[in-house]
Amino acid sequence: MNGVAQAQKRGTPALLGLAVLIAALALIELLIRAGVINRFIVPLPSEILASFKRVVVEEGIPERFWLTLREAFWATLLLTVFGVGLGVLLHRVRILRLATETWVAALASAPTVLMYPLFLVIFGRSANTIIMMGFVAGLAPVILKTVEGLAGTRRVLIDVARSFKLTPWQLYWKILFPAALPSIFVGIKLGMIFALINIVGVEFLINFGGLGQLINELAERYDLAGTYAAICFVILVSVLFFMFTERLERWLTPAN
Amino acid sequence: MAHTGQLTASPLRLPGLSRVTLLRIAIILAVLAIWEAVAASGLLFRDVVPSLTVIARALASLLGEEGFYWNLGVTAGEVGTGLVIGGFAGLVVGIVLGGSRFLSRAFEPYIYYLGPTPKIIFFPVMIMWFGVGPGSKVAMGTISCFFPIALSVAAGMRQIDGVLIRVGRSFRANTWQMVTKIYLPAMRAPIVNGVRLGLGVAIIGTLLAETKLSNRGIGFLIINSYSTFNMPRMYSLLIAVFVLSIGVNALVSRLGNLEAVKRR
Repeated sequence: MNGVAQAQKRGTPALLGLAVLIAALALIELLIRAGVINRFIVPLPSEILASFKRVVVEEGIPERFWLTLREAFWATLLLTVFGVGLGVLLHRVRILRLATETWVAALASAPTVLMYPLFLVIFGRSANTIIMMGFVAGLAPVILKTVEGLAGTRRVLIDVARSFKLTPWQLYWKILFPAALPSIFVGIKLGMIFALINIVGVEFLINFGGLGQLINELAERYDLAGTYAAICFVILVSVLFFMFTERLERWLTPAN
Repeated sequence: MAHTGQLTASPLRLPGLSRVTLLRIAIILAVLAIWEAVAASGLLFRDVVPSLTVIARALASLLGEEGFYWNLGVTAGEVGTGLVIGGFAGLVVGIVLGGSRFLSRAFEPYIYYLGPTPKIIFFPVMIMWFGVGPGSKVAMGTISCFFPIALSVAAGMRQIDGVLIRVGRSFRANTWQMVTKIYLPAMRAPIVNGVRLGLGVAIIGTLLAETKLSNRGIGFLIINSYSTFNMPRMYSLLIAVFVLSIGVNALVSRLGNLEAVKRR
């Protein structure tokens, strides 16, 4: 993936991609100005660009961003504590793992976000609903990856622990956890991404809180350029968040 | 529960199986018992945790309703249309990007990084483009399933055995023949996996759009039972949706497994 030569080789296609993107935007701008596309459905790209500043200044983007970030933080904290905890439990109690691992996998493929009306009733229209939605959405991958990591510890390491007569506690802290850490981080990363997707989505759906609500509000005001700008902003934030978690993962994973 | 703490694989396969089944039944019974106890205790707000018999009755009456199947049909139609459009677009884009290293470097990062973003926020734009009717829901399903399918197909293209491609070339197969005779059969597993992932997110995208703004479909029924505070009905709807989507998911992945077995 990395390496100077490859980075240089990658430069040309990346430039082409960017050029096509800009060309597409310019084409849309032209088509709208020519009247082919209705400007009351698709605002001018230049207008969207211009409304970026207005949206950031007038709609309290920093506060909203901070709120969404806080929700994501609490969801991730809950995910890590409960996900890793349950993963360790499933790994320690073998029969429990045999009984419930397929259930956890099924939970991962279930549309859990549809439970948001239920969570609205239980937790009220508040940040708690959003945090819990993020938590539920991201729980399954953390559990599964924790179990996978712990179970995938190399036999040699466990045999070494045995020959040193480590207590079960020591075995966990000195052998199993360090060996499973890369896999656990992959799980937490996946969980965090699912949590963020659901947090922003539920904010939009229940019209409460941070960045997701911003889009809903601007759309209801029929502020077209503002809506498009806000969507671009949220997409940008999620892409940056995704890139950041990837970097973090690469940084935390020991190089092979 | 056996707190053995053993790390080695236990050789007790046969008795372990029945014990696992027993444990599963015990867990289910325990959860149901706790649920019923909470319902009876009145600790939570009334109706938030309704008694199991109430939920069972609501589920039975839901499954007996003609309107439920009509709304299910509407949602299934929207999801299916979205999956066909998004899946076809994903397949084409995936084959093009996976087939060319240059194009993949140029455009795949956009798809890769747009993939894990919350798609539902495009819904207001989709309403403006396709109206408040089924069109905008189909569009949500399409956007949702395009990304996983395109990425899965592109990755699948790169994993095709080079020998197969060289065989196709040496037979002077044209592009269409290459796609239908070499690429698609060789990529069955990643395509099925992509469709499985895509179907899951298409269901979510469509149903969420329905809960936000619509007057038909399962998502509408869910949000309607919320606004009338009919909790037993909401639970039974959620149970129906979960069972259906987990079932469809299992069905598609079984399809993938079967095909994988057949190939050998």
